[in-house]
Amino acid sequence: MKTNLKWLNEYLQPGLDLSEQAVLDLAQQIELTSVELESVGTAAAKQSGLVVVRVDSVVPHPDSDHMVITQVFDGKETIQVVTGAPNVAEGQLVVLARVGAQIVDRESGDLVTIKEAQLRGEISYGMLVALQEIGLADSVAPQDFEEGIHVFTEEDDVKPGDDALAVLGLKDPMIDTDLTPNRADLLSMRGMAYELAAMTDQKVMLPQTTVLSDQSESNAVVTVAGNEDLATGYAVRVLGQVKNDSSPLWLQSRLWNAGFKPENKIVDLANYWLLLTGQPLHVYDLDKLATMQLEVRLAKEGEKLPQGEEEAMALRADQDIVVAAGDQILSLAGIATNPAVAVTADTTKVIVEAGQFNPSFLRQSARRHTLRSESSFRFERGIDLDQTLEVLDQVAAEMAMLTKGKIVVGLSKFGFAYRAPETIAISRDRINQILGTDLSVATISAIFTRLALPIDEKDGQYLVTIPGRRTDLTIPADLIEEVGRLYGYDNLPTALVEGQSTPGDLTPRQKKIRASREIMESLGFDQAISYALTTPEKATAFNLDQNRNVVALDYPMSSDRTTIRQNLLSGLLDDVSYNVARSVKDLALYEQGRIFLAQGENVQPEEREHLAGVLVGNVAESSWQTGEKDEVADFYDIKGRLEAYLQTIGLDSSAVRFEQSAQHEAMHPGQTADVYLGSTYLGFVGQIHPAVLANTKLPAAFAFEIDLEVVIDHSQAPVAYQPVSKYPQISRDLAVLVDDSLDQQQVFDMIKANGGDYLQNVTFFDLYTGRGLPAGKKSLAYQLTYQDKTDTLVESVVTDAFEKMTTTLTAELGAEIR
Amino acid sequence: MTLIDELQAIAKQAEADLAAKGADLEQVRVAYLGKKGKITTVLKSMKDLSIDEKKAVGQVGNQVRQQIQDSLAAMKAVQEKAAMDAKLQAETLDVTLPGTKPKLGNRHVLQQIMDEIESHFLGLGYQVIDDPIDSPEVETDEYNFERENLPKDHPARDMQDTFYVTPEILLRTQTSPVQSRALEKHDFSKGPLKMIAPGKVYRRDTDDATHSHQFHQVEGLVVGKNITMADLKGTLLSIMQELFGKKHQIRLRPSYFPFTEPSVEVDVSWNEVTEDTKPEDIRWIEVLGAGMTHPNVLKMDGVDPEEYSAFAFGLGPDRFAMLKYGVEDIRQFYLNDVRFLDQFNKRGN
Repeated sequence: MKTNLKWLNEYLQPGLDLSEQAVLDLAQQIELTSVELESVGTAAAKQSGLVVVRVDSVVPHPDSDHMVITQVFDGKETIQVVTGAPNVAEGQLVVLARVGAQIVDRESGDLVTIKEAQLRGEISYGMLVALQEIGLADSVAPQDFEEGIHVFTEEDDVKPGDDALAVLGLKDPMIDTDLTPNRADLLSMRGMAYELAAMTDQKVMLPQTTVLSDQSESNAVVTVAGNEDLATGYAVRVLGQVKNDSSPLWLQSRLWNAGFKPENKIVDLANYWLLLTGQPLHVYDLDKLATMQLEVRLAKEGEKLPQGEEEAMALRADQDIVVAAGDQILSLAGIATNPAVAVTADTTKVIVEAGQFNPSFLRQSARRHTLRSESSFRFERGIDLDQTLEVLDQVAAEMAMLTKGKIVVGLSKFGFAYRAPETIAISRDRINQILGTDLSVATISAIFTRLALPIDEKDGQYLVTIPGRRTDLTIPADLIEEVGRLYGYDNLPTALVEGQSTPGDLTPRQKKIRASREIMESLGFDQAISYALTTPEKATAFNLDQNRNVVALDYPMSSDRTTIRQNLLSGLLDDVSYNVARSVKDLALYEQGRIFLAQGENVQPEEREHLAGVLVGNVAESSWQTGEKDEVADFYDIKGRLEAYLQTIGLDSSAVRFEQSAQHEAMHPGQTADVYLGSTYLGFVGQIHPAVLANTKLPAAFAFEIDLEVVIDHSQAPVAYQPVSKYPQISRDLAVLVDDSLDQQQVFDMIKANGGDYLQNVTFFDLYTGRGLPAGKKSLAYQLTYQDKTDTLVESVVTDAFEKMTTTLTAELGAEIR
Repeated sequence: MTLIDELQAIAKQAEADLAAKGADLEQVRVAYLGKKGKITTVLKSMKDLSIDEKKAVGQVGNQVRQQIQDSLAAMKAVQEKAAMDAKLQAETLDVTLPGTKPKLGNRHVLQQIMDEIESHFLGLGYQVIDDPIDSPEVETDEYNFERENLPKDHPARDMQDTFYVTPEILLRTQTSPVQSRALEKHDFSKGPLKMIAPGKVYRRDTDDATHSHQFHQVEGLVVGKNITMADLKGTLLSIMQELFGKKHQIRLRPSYFPFTEPSVEVDVSWNEVTEDTKPEDIRWIEVLGAGMTHPNVLKMDGVDPEEYSAFAFGLGPDRFAMLKYGVEDIRQFYLNDVRFLDQFNKRGN
């Protein structure tokens, strides 16, 4: 809220120091003890050289049909000014930007200096200005820019030579507070007065209020009816014989400083009292009402709120609260008024309404209709229910006075049931216990007193009475906060939690998750963190489990982020595309994170940790030296890294199997393997299907995705240390010629199974096909290592074992030993 | 010429042969010391001499043989060294050419920040809650909002635009719901609950330089007897000094969160603060929200707010990384441009 400190000072005793530095210091203090600030300063900002002048003569410009030459008087001398303003006339008091004046350019917002100018041959010593030309937004200026310059009225009490910025209120120091949702009390000048008084230890002196003598309902002109679920209270007063012209300058300037556009006396006073007290007020032109029986009710099917020249707004039946006169909708309660019943300059009879509408209805109405007004905002945040009738009386009295009108007999109202004052009990000990302080009763009592919260204290036990304006204070913790912030959080001691110590351990699962990332990084993969929300296609493109439903957003923000991922690879491929588009073509990326499998309506999905990796382009960072050697990633590069990962994370390597798989639509059918741990499915590895990468211009991308949950569950076995054998090893090379269709794995398994007791290790080292071999055959080469862990192995034993194994290979697989 | 003279002449000749440039040492050895070599030949001709003469000639013969052998060995060493030198010379490389670097993987900058936070709080005896069961990213409205003291109609729900899946299921907007899940399981007879919950959160925001529909939070919660706001202040000071440096200070400002009361915003000093720093010279940057856990939240989680008190805080790794490194666009964290990621490849700092 924009708070005018000069205005606020009228309610503070002895009053704030409003010098520039003091205001800055105050702003700092507000931020440390109250709320954040949007801005501090004046509407005038850095402008200068603006003066009130009297127009003494206006003569036509000899060479222009839209400009005139004026002589204006600034209290000391007469100055010639040429202007194109359509409304300039002799005798007016207007604003002159002198030669040398600095004003904010309306379009660019830059500070510009006014210079002596020749306008079609006539010299102009300055410029007559509209309020929009000296810092006022179009939305708050009382007159359209096209209508011309600002003209003071006789009642404005200004004279030639006055500082125009000052008389327009544009030099009033303003602070714009950024409110947290709880501090509804700071949405009014009155609330700000209490807050700043507490902060600076001053007294709040609000203007005396007049309670109108006539409180009778029986002879009221207007009747009101309604349900207390929709409004806990609703009251109107009626004024007659009003003369509703423009408001005086003091009122207008307070409004435009606060961001309200001055309209006419009645509307302006309603806004002024809203600002002053936080109680929203609405006004209707009584002569435009269909009946005098007002009703607060829910909208009916088909009802609309007229919006002037715009199309009428359809109301939501049984959801929007309206104020109606029969079938005539006067307003969407607390939010927007029907322009057809609005108070204008011609209005002579006025209904002033002060309601206490149900905030939760208003919040939803404002949201659904995307209409949020100064009133609705205050209703939503919570208004002071204790002052509504008082404010209504007061504003009615002020309106009557300013418009020379009369208050028509009678008050029409419903609701306003008696509310007992709220109290909260709290002790000094509790306050100190939570804040970690040792504040005395005197200190705490002084803080409550500064906040103008009535207290009843005995032996450090407080009973605090909560005034209606502080809707945010409902529990003891709220009062602890009040004490804490006014005592000053800077003054709190610092400590670290004491008492019983707790171990800061990671669980075995957490250790694996962290180790998993480390291994991937050791293997040369950069960690990526991609978006979990994606398209339905990408969300399921690389699924391990094809049969689970996706989790989709009810109301997505954009079409690329509608569905929660079921795999990580899609996101990694988005990252790959992004990089390749920027000419980064050698990539090794991994991601570890959640995937989401739906489990039915209104049930949280199953979330599983996955791991995925992708390799594209050169696998080494620098490879100039290898020259012709092929460094471009292939299937075996990604598979090898996955194998190294699975071994290092602690899976039993001998239980890991790779099986040719053509079941993944987004993967190359000939270069993809499903990976199993025993009979448990782990994931897959292979080349991304070229069609998937069609628009990325990538040569090839190789990737894997595995279910980390399976890895975690099966990698907890402790390290099984075995002493390194001191007996020598014997190695034998084996080359076998087999049918092309035979998997290497089958040969490998056969060698392992038939190698004898001393076969320690089998390493595949060569694949040869083509020249010199019969068609349809391939040659596989292995190195076999034999070792006896307890004795020196005899050559002949190895030879026997080797031959026995080769015989089996020939017999079982038709292998030819080469 | 006596045989001795002959032998000495042979020795002289051998030295000369060996000293010749590029001498073939094997050839020299055979020529002088071989079975048919010059020394053997001389010694063979000694058969006609007397015993004494034989003895004298034999002695000289042995001396000369030894001398030639020594010279041969010495020359061999010289030649080998020369050969090695020549070989190494031929192997000279341009050492300014780039080395063959194995590709190292880098940890994502957000992960680095979260790791740093995690290790700090592990050191302070906190547990880390980040598994899918206790810290789900898809939450219920109940845990994300209602248990955090944000009933359906609460104005503060406007502060967090939410991705709903159904009216009851949503993408969590904060890591705070992990608190409730942890409190339900915690056994207070084993001491206070001290936990952090790092993870992803989601808001219905349009992505731009300072907004992301996905970002990270690390929620912290301590519940025990006599937990105070001074503890909160000390804890926040310690983590901020861990992240930004020991000479940085923090300040607390009043704020509002439905799940804490009192609530504070925490600023960290952008510059280092010493005893001589004037207050007006400190530039404060807002970094996180925190507070004393609202009694309603404790009650809903089955903890008696009269007996226990608690503080909670929410750290924003994305914001910290932006501040710490001057990253101007939050989207950089999720595009995974390796030219961006690889800049954060320094370990141990």
